[in-house]
Amino acid sequence: MLIKRAPDIRSSEITPEFVYRSRREFLRTAATGAVGAFTGASLLEDALSAQAALAHVKKSGYTVPGEAINSFDDITTYNNFYEFGTQKSDPARYAGQMTVKPWTVKVDGLVARPADYALEDFIKPHQLEERVYRLRCVEGWSMVIPWVGIPLADVITRVQPDGKAKYVEFTTLLRPGEMRGLRSGGLDWPYTEGLRLDEATHPLAFLAVGLYGKELLNQNGAPIRLVVPWKYGFKSIKSIVRMRLTEAQPKTAWNTATPNEYGFYSNVNPMVDHPRWNQASERRIGELFRRKTLMFNGYADQVASLYAGMDLKKFY
Amino acid sequence: MSVWTRAIKPATFALCAAPLLMLASQTSRGDLGVNPIEYLTHETGQTALTLLLATLAVTPLRKLTGWNRLVSIRRMLGVFAFVYALLHFSLYLVFDQFFDVAAIWDDVVKRKFILSGMVAFLAMVPLAITSTNGWIRRLGRKWRTVHRLVYVAGAAGVIHFIWKTKVPEFKPYAYGSILLVLLLARVLFTWQKRRAAAGTQGAAYEPGRRFPDQWRPGL
Repeated sequence: MLIKRAPDIRSSEITPEFVYRSRREFLRTAATGAVGAFTGASLLEDALSAQAALAHVKKSGYTVPGEAINSFDDITTYNNFYEFGTQKSDPARYAGQMTVKPWTVKVDGLVARPADYALEDFIKPHQLEERVYRLRCVEGWSMVIPWVGIPLADVITRVQPDGKAKYVEFTTLLRPGEMRGLRSGGLDWPYTEGLRLDEATHPLAFLAVGLYGKELLNQNGAPIRLVVPWKYGFKSIKSIVRMRLTEAQPKTAWNTATPNEYGFYSNVNPMVDHPRWNQASERRIGELFRRKTLMFNGYADQVASLYAGMDLKKFY
Repeated sequence: MSVWTRAIKPATFALCAAPLLMLASQTSRGDLGVNPIEYLTHETGQTALTLLLATLAVTPLRKLTGWNRLVSIRRMLGVFAFVYALLHFSLYLVFDQFFDVAAIWDDVVKRKFILSGMVAFLAMVPLAITSTNGWIRRLGRKWRTVHRLVYVAGAAGVIHFIWKTKVPEFKPYAYGSILLVLLLARVLFTWQKRRAAAGTQGAAYEPGRRFPDQWRPGL
């Protein structure tokens, strides 16, 4: 548990919306047959094994006015987390096998204070806040998600990078016994990602530990994940076990796998297509027709200056 | 007529129509998951390709088993494959591109993933049109030639499936392997037929000698 606190409302009043909804889902799918019932049961189990509500979460000014927030179901049943399989439903089905408590985050490389932090100690010095961000997947779909977490910049300041550090490399947990997707290969595991230091310390860069006011579910990258809303979703690495400050640009998983399709920067850019599909539009989950993709996923005012003078077709 | 012979066509029809009925029922219940258009697109595309491979499996199976009645379901399989491919294409046309012909053209010329799918679909159009008895009669010997387009559709369809995924996945390659086996079977049958033809004639091998037209492989 991240932060323990006695609930200030009676437990009888807090059947969380998602538990209530997954009960309904369970009944509905159970009625449609054995296969449906099986899926429903595992969803229900996930929801009930349940995520503790996060306490003392500050609302923030980061939100997406005029755009509907996606439902808890949307966000927790339609995921890419290839360590658990390549189908969108695989993470919700299999990520429960990953042990996330206890959890340690190693911080090393070019920092004054390299250390292994218990997750609780890693988070404790910071104020949790809620931020509603757009998430644009490189596959051409998007959602609006209410994360809970801490600014990445604050963490980086705290670990004191030395003057030579130019990049941050992030690594996902590698535990084959609990990650069935690793058997089929595909990527060069463990999953790694990276940001330039000025990107990592940008106020929008965020480390999420929660979703909809509760601790993250495993399929969303529990217990701690990156959220970089102006970049394609795969940059927002999940279930982080290590942050390393480096001088050289770190290798990143998708860039290593298919360098001509996925660059180091991978900023959302409607003008630079994926070689195999169009990036000018996207399907917002919940909408039937596609909508135009915005430059830097709609965060151009905040982040465009990071890339001033760079040829974004070359540094895709 | 055995019971199997009588049941084969209605049974095939039921099997081919089942995915369509399931999708229709899921759609009417709003039970298509988080990304309904993507779900429908994937399901129709995969069913189209499955039925296309089933169509291509008819001849090899008939030759292996000697059960010639199998040929009576080939047209049904092929037409159903086209129906699913048409649905697949229509979903793209309406929900991905909203009838924007310029955008579709741009998509086709720029992206091999879209191009391969479009080639597979367009190759199936003349096959569906000329699948009637009238057209079979009218085209005569040319019908077989036209219908070799099915190999183009099959190959382009499998390539489209392979190019869709971000990392190599099992299923597209499984479809590819099945297609390869079905094509190799045809090469093998042709070879056997030529040998048999040469054998019955007692003809010695003569370099440069052409076989008469009726010995040409008709697959």
